[in-house]
Amino acid sequence: MSLDKATVAKIAHLARIKVPDSDLEQLAGELNTIMHWVEMLGEVDTQNVEPMTSVVAANLRRRPDAVTDGGYPEKVVANATDATENFFSVPKVVE
Amino acid sequence: MTKLTHLTMADALAGLAAKEFTAVELTQAHLDAMAAAKELNAFIVETPDVALKQAADSDARYAKGEQRALDGLPLGIKDLFCTEGVQTTAASHILDGFVPPYESTVTSQLFRDGAVMLGKLNLDEFAMGSANITSHYGPVISPWSPKDEAGNFTRKLVPGGSSGGSAAAVAARLALGATGTDTGGSIRQPASFVGIVGIKPTYGRCSRWGIVAFASSLDQAGPMTRTVKDAALMLRSMAGYDPKDSTSIDLPVPDYAAALTGDIRGLRVGIPKEYRVDGMPAEIEKLWQQGIEWLKAAGATPVEISLPHTKYALPAYYIVAPAEASSNLARYDGVRFGLRVEGKDLKEMYENTRAEGFGAEVKRRIMIGTYVLSAGYYDAYYLKAQKVRARIAEDFTKAYEQCDVILTPTAPSAAFGIGEKMDDPIAMYLNDVFTVPANLAGLPGLSVPAGLSGEGLPLGLQVLGRPFDEATVLKVGHVIEQAAGPQPLPPIVS
Repeated sequence: MSLDKATVAKIAHLARIKVPDSDLEQLAGELNTIMHWVEMLGEVDTQNVEPMTSVVAANLRRRPDAVTDGGYPEKVVANATDATENFFSVPKVVE
Repeated sequence: MTKLTHLTMADALAGLAAKEFTAVELTQAHLDAMAAAKELNAFIVETPDVALKQAADSDARYAKGEQRALDGLPLGIKDLFCTEGVQTTAASHILDGFVPPYESTVTSQLFRDGAVMLGKLNLDEFAMGSANITSHYGPVISPWSPKDEAGNFTRKLVPGGSSGGSAAAVAARLALGATGTDTGGSIRQPASFVGIVGIKPTYGRCSRWGIVAFASSLDQAGPMTRTVKDAALMLRSMAGYDPKDSTSIDLPVPDYAAALTGDIRGLRVGIPKEYRVDGMPAEIEKLWQQGIEWLKAAGATPVEISLPHTKYALPAYYIVAPAEASSNLARYDGVRFGLRVEGKDLKEMYENTRAEGFGAEVKRRIMIGTYVLSAGYYDAYYLKAQKVRARIAEDFTKAYEQCDVILTPTAPSAAFGIGEKMDDPIAMYLNDVFTVPANLAGLPGLSVPAGLSGEGLPLGLQVLGRPFDEATVLKVGHVIEQAAGPQPLPPIVS
């Protein structure tokens, strides 16, 4: 299957990356090259194979539900472009 | 006496302990070398003040006889490791001005053991690349690039990637060692391209906490050094259990240097027949045969093995890694750190920030990842790739019933020129054909210099091991290193 310009525009929107219309054609070409190449995975018999999500067999560890860190909001927001009174600010969302 | 910048880490430690030179002198020698080699573009940020302060602290410890495992050794840190109070960029425009308020676990352990930080090393943007040409801060130039008599480069070679700055700095004698990270070959392939040693440990061996994430189920940190023994010394400090990384493994870290006995008698070395890929240069095949002969001469037994799903490793990787990347890189939104490009509303601010902040390769991978995870395609691509990944891991499990380690070439070619292989992303991806399977299966892998190509460029051999058996991998790498003998220096330092 092939990605057309409309699909690439939709993916760009889902990924929250602005792509000018003039770039869609070329990007579609690049993405199609890669997607056609990965089609070869269809040759592998994966019946009854469990998908591998992690190479670590161990179960995730548990720890006591206790606060172990924090208490320095000024460090947390130190890198924000726009921080007011230890809050991150964003453009107005609610009308 | 050997120039201070040309010492191995092991020899530098001995010289410091014997008071032949001070840590400050050793550090200053490296800072001077860095100043003279700016044309390589290996560093994004240099930290001479931090380095000289750390070196002075080291000297104070030596004076009291209280030196630590790596005390006074000047290292470079890949700019993917967060360093407290020192700009960390992942070579991306989107992390402009980001100064972490915390230290990554791996670097904190190196500093705990007395290491000195010379600066932050260049890399491919978010570690996505095999040639160090996708950095926002410009490409790194390999110290193996030829020059004319006037001292100008006649051809600029890539150092490999993504840990290209680390590779160039260590090969060019700007640092005694460097940290790297390896998601699909990003330690081993550049190590091979510049003629140094690099090891990707078993997934879970080194904490990922504080390392800018690319693909979380594949990323591992490791050392890049000029000898196998140095890699053993540095890995011991980098490795270890960290409760802050849920995939970190709670196993004792062995004394890797003690494993370098040279005794590999009776060891079974797997030679995977599927690694003879079409179009592989004859000199790579020859080097591989030479490696087999060296190990045989040292008493090991070569065993032909089969890893039948090898050819599917790269396509599976190019679904799994972009999928994880698209998720990990969602955090770069212009709100909490780095670049912000305003828009008419919040959504446009996100889209503008990410359009300007990410480079072309990163955008391509985020979009592939977004696509394979999107409704309607998840099963066909992402789930399928995870199942193929399981079969690739199973290939290795079966192979290790017949052998103890696996020997392969590290990369299918020597270094190429900057600007070559740029038009076709897949040609670039093929650089990692021999290194990606170990990431998918989580296995340890080492690249060790084994000779030169017809053009006089370094070539490496790769040793893969069983999970958490870095000691045997290093032992075998050490035997190859000894058999190959001293390797020539890159032209820029010789």
